[in-house]
Amino acid sequence: MPDLGAATVAGAPATGSPVLELDDITMAFGTNQVLKGVTVALTAGRVTALLGANGAGKSTLIKVLSGVYPDHGGTVSIAGSPVVMESPLAAARHGIQTVHQRIDENIVPGLTVAENLVFEEIIRGEIPPVRSLRRLLPRARDIAATLDLGWPDSVLTKDVFELGIADSQLLLLARALSQRPKVLVLDEPTSTLSASEVERLFALVRRLRSEGVAVLYVTHRLSEVRELADEVVVLRDGRISNRQEAPFEMSAVVRAMLSESVLEQSHDLVEQRGEVVAIGLRGVQLLPRCAAIDLDLRYGEVTGIVGLIGAGKSELARGIFGVDHLRSGSMTFEGRPYRPRHSKDAVRRGVYLVPEDRAAEAMLPGWSLAWTSTLPFLGSVSRAKVLSAAKENKVGRDVVDGFGVVATGPSQPVDALSGGNQQKVVVGRWMRAAPRVLLLDEPFRGVDIGARGDISHQAHELAAAGACVVVLTSDVEEARGVADRIVVLAEGEVHLDNYTSEIGDDAIITSMSEVA
Amino acid sequence: MSGNTTKVEQPREAAVGKKAVAGASGLTTGQRIQDSVVKYGFIAVTVILFIYFASTEPAFATQVSIFQMLKGAAVTAILGLAVMFTMVVGGLDLSIGSTAGLSVQLAAMTMVFYNLTGSTAVAVVIVGGLVVGLLNAFLIVVCKIPDLLATLGVMFVIQGAKLIPVNGQSISSGMTLRNGNTAPGKFTADFLKIDRGFIGKVPVPVIIMLVLVVLAWFVLSRTTWGRVMYAIGANPEAARLAGVRVGFYHGLAYVISGLLASIGGLILVSRIGQGDVNAGASSLLEAVAVALVGTSVLGMGKPNAWGTLLGALLVSIVLTGLTMKGFQYYHQDTAKGLVLLVALLFSFTISRRKVRYTPAT
Repeated sequence: MPDLGAATVAGAPATGSPVLELDDITMAFGTNQVLKGVTVALTAGRVTALLGANGAGKSTLIKVLSGVYPDHGGTVSIAGSPVVMESPLAAARHGIQTVHQRIDENIVPGLTVAENLVFEEIIRGEIPPVRSLRRLLPRARDIAATLDLGWPDSVLTKDVFELGIADSQLLLLARALSQRPKVLVLDEPTSTLSASEVERLFALVRRLRSEGVAVLYVTHRLSEVRELADEVVVLRDGRISNRQEAPFEMSAVVRAMLSESVLEQSHDLVEQRGEVVAIGLRGVQLLPRCAAIDLDLRYGEVTGIVGLIGAGKSELARGIFGVDHLRSGSMTFEGRPYRPRHSKDAVRRGVYLVPEDRAAEAMLPGWSLAWTSTLPFLGSVSRAKVLSAAKENKVGRDVVDGFGVVATGPSQPVDALSGGNQQKVVVGRWMRAAPRVLLLDEPFRGVDIGARGDISHQAHELAAAGACVVVLTSDVEEARGVADRIVVLAEGEVHLDNYTSEIGDDAIITSMSEVA
Repeated sequence: MSGNTTKVEQPREAAVGKKAVAGASGLTTGQRIQDSVVKYGFIAVTVILFIYFASTEPAFATQVSIFQMLKGAAVTAILGLAVMFTMVVGGLDLSIGSTAGLSVQLAAMTMVFYNLTGSTAVAVVIVGGLVVGLLNAFLIVVCKIPDLLATLGVMFVIQGAKLIPVNGQSISSGMTLRNGNTAPGKFTADFLKIDRGFIGKVPVPVIIMLVLVVLAWFVLSRTTWGRVMYAIGANPEAARLAGVRVGFYHGLAYVISGLLASIGGLILVSRIGQGDVNAGASSLLEAVAVALVGTSVLGMGKPNAWGTLLGALLVSIVLTGLTMKGFQYYHQDTAKGLVLLVALLFSFTISRRKVRYTPAT
């Protein structure tokens, strides 16, 4: 069924010419080469899927396209002639529209839905700054109509923050389409949408394709690639590692996405199976309007909790760690009721969390390795509240030695280290302190291959020594590489719970995108 | 501060990290000079000014004058310490000037209106400071009002409220009360010794100042309390996720600030010897300036006790020197402002290191 549109359009000669060509695009941040020469052409009336693991360079490539990084290497050509994308406005002028993944960075809070819909016109000065909402409404209605959003004026005049995440995503899409783009870039557009909304989006993408728009579709979901794309491009480590025309050989795509270390790692790891329950959840509701779940996290194994963004992974981890309260239900720790009111309660019991966003949630600007390492355990490096510098330095050195952190010593500021080494510090500070339960939320994000392997290995060792280790990730391959057992969360509910060796990628991916 | 945590692009962050590593291993001569200027520049400025005034004004470097300068720095330094504690947790206490003013009023009322002892007055003042601190802590931590706004509101409330029981008039010994009687009490001799007394040859306020500076330094840099407070100032979310009770320590900083402000107020009221309604009003900006100056000292880039003391001393040296040179009082604010700007140049402009203090709004 999905191939119907593709076949007709691909056959049409008028749509066969490249609209946008990227030739040997490079991009470096300091010494970190993120894109190492990427050559891609987007063709009118075709959907090109862009895949790649976290950190492969997808976001950077999109930002080059949308004018965020004008100082890239290589050339961007539109309809055969080179252009300079010096700003997002320039990209828009050239007919390139991007719907970014992070909605909150693109929605303007405090404005109405209508004002957000016509925001492009506002920033271009086509609509005078003092214009009554009433005058904006007709244009906003037009834009909303292109997507059949069916929003009445009562919705258009609401504050944009009252829209849900999915509706906000649709708003951004409508805004992009209102500019009649020649090239539309969609960055993981379905991560927040429900099944029916995904269907609507797909129908729309197919319509755009038949109208001759070139679509670059960035996703993690192979099923979407199969359903929608005419061509697939896989990025790994800043280079294109695979390129195929439909019909696709998906196993080649997956292999091209995987990093070598994960592949090696999965050979080394011997599956461990635990029996004793560390944390038991009963009737816990993770997200609003979702069913309650029961889940046991056991000692002696690494549990990989896999789910897309918004599946409830972070809510689960933060609930167990006591920083957020669970909506309902109860928890047990080693069989006894467990109701942490503060993260301090969790830390005292040896329940630790390495949060998802290192820069915002774990790093202390300017703080040394020793100080960062001892912060959760100040009691153990002090006597009568007076700190011992010698004990602190010892902890710092333990973290450096135990986790192979490349640093000059315990007094070096953590923010002077590379991303992978920073992550080793914020993981290592908990690992060295005898964790009973260690929750690692997206521990491999922005982390190089070497550090990734080290952290996986340490997590496994820890579980072998009897701890309960939980890795929460949206990346199936990452989960497979580290976990003994895989639990799939989708929209706050458990969809799959099995040992890693007994399930295949496809089963995991299918259940990840299953929604009620 | 917590309101707009921008997500840092991972590759960029890593790249910056690498650059810093390279910088640490191989500094250019220019960078080394730059570092020393930042580290010792402010101290050098203080010493040079001192030598200049000492060599041109014979009365400047005498023992009497030096103790006078130290004494002159005491109230500013102590109020500076108060602000500094709130700056450490990433806030800013705007109510310290009015808290000091409240102390003046409370002490005068206790002794003049109620004819109670000097030590009672001290106790009342300290309790008053703690109550203001707790009020700030309540508004900021429990009611979640941003630091600057909460303390701004409290500042106005105190400034006004302290005038109500006295009909807006200053309190002095022997004044006529509302009912026509003469006030029964007066400032006791003990109480006046807080400012005018000596221990050995050293004035009492100087001793109090030094003791508080040492205590503040010790708490902030040698105890878990101080470490946790700095953590909250650096990244409150990271502190919370490391198991720190952020609300408690954030509030504690304001209670300490209220306490220190009331001690500053005690010295002030003992100095003026009456319940001046305007006392303390001008001290807020000076205290904030001094604490900010302190962040630049020794290239610390963060609020610290010794820096705050040095800031207060420099202001005192400049003011004494200028007065001896015959400048009028109205030049003083300009001089203070220049001192602050020079200090800020050291920490924000010349320093290669990022300053860790940005006030939350």
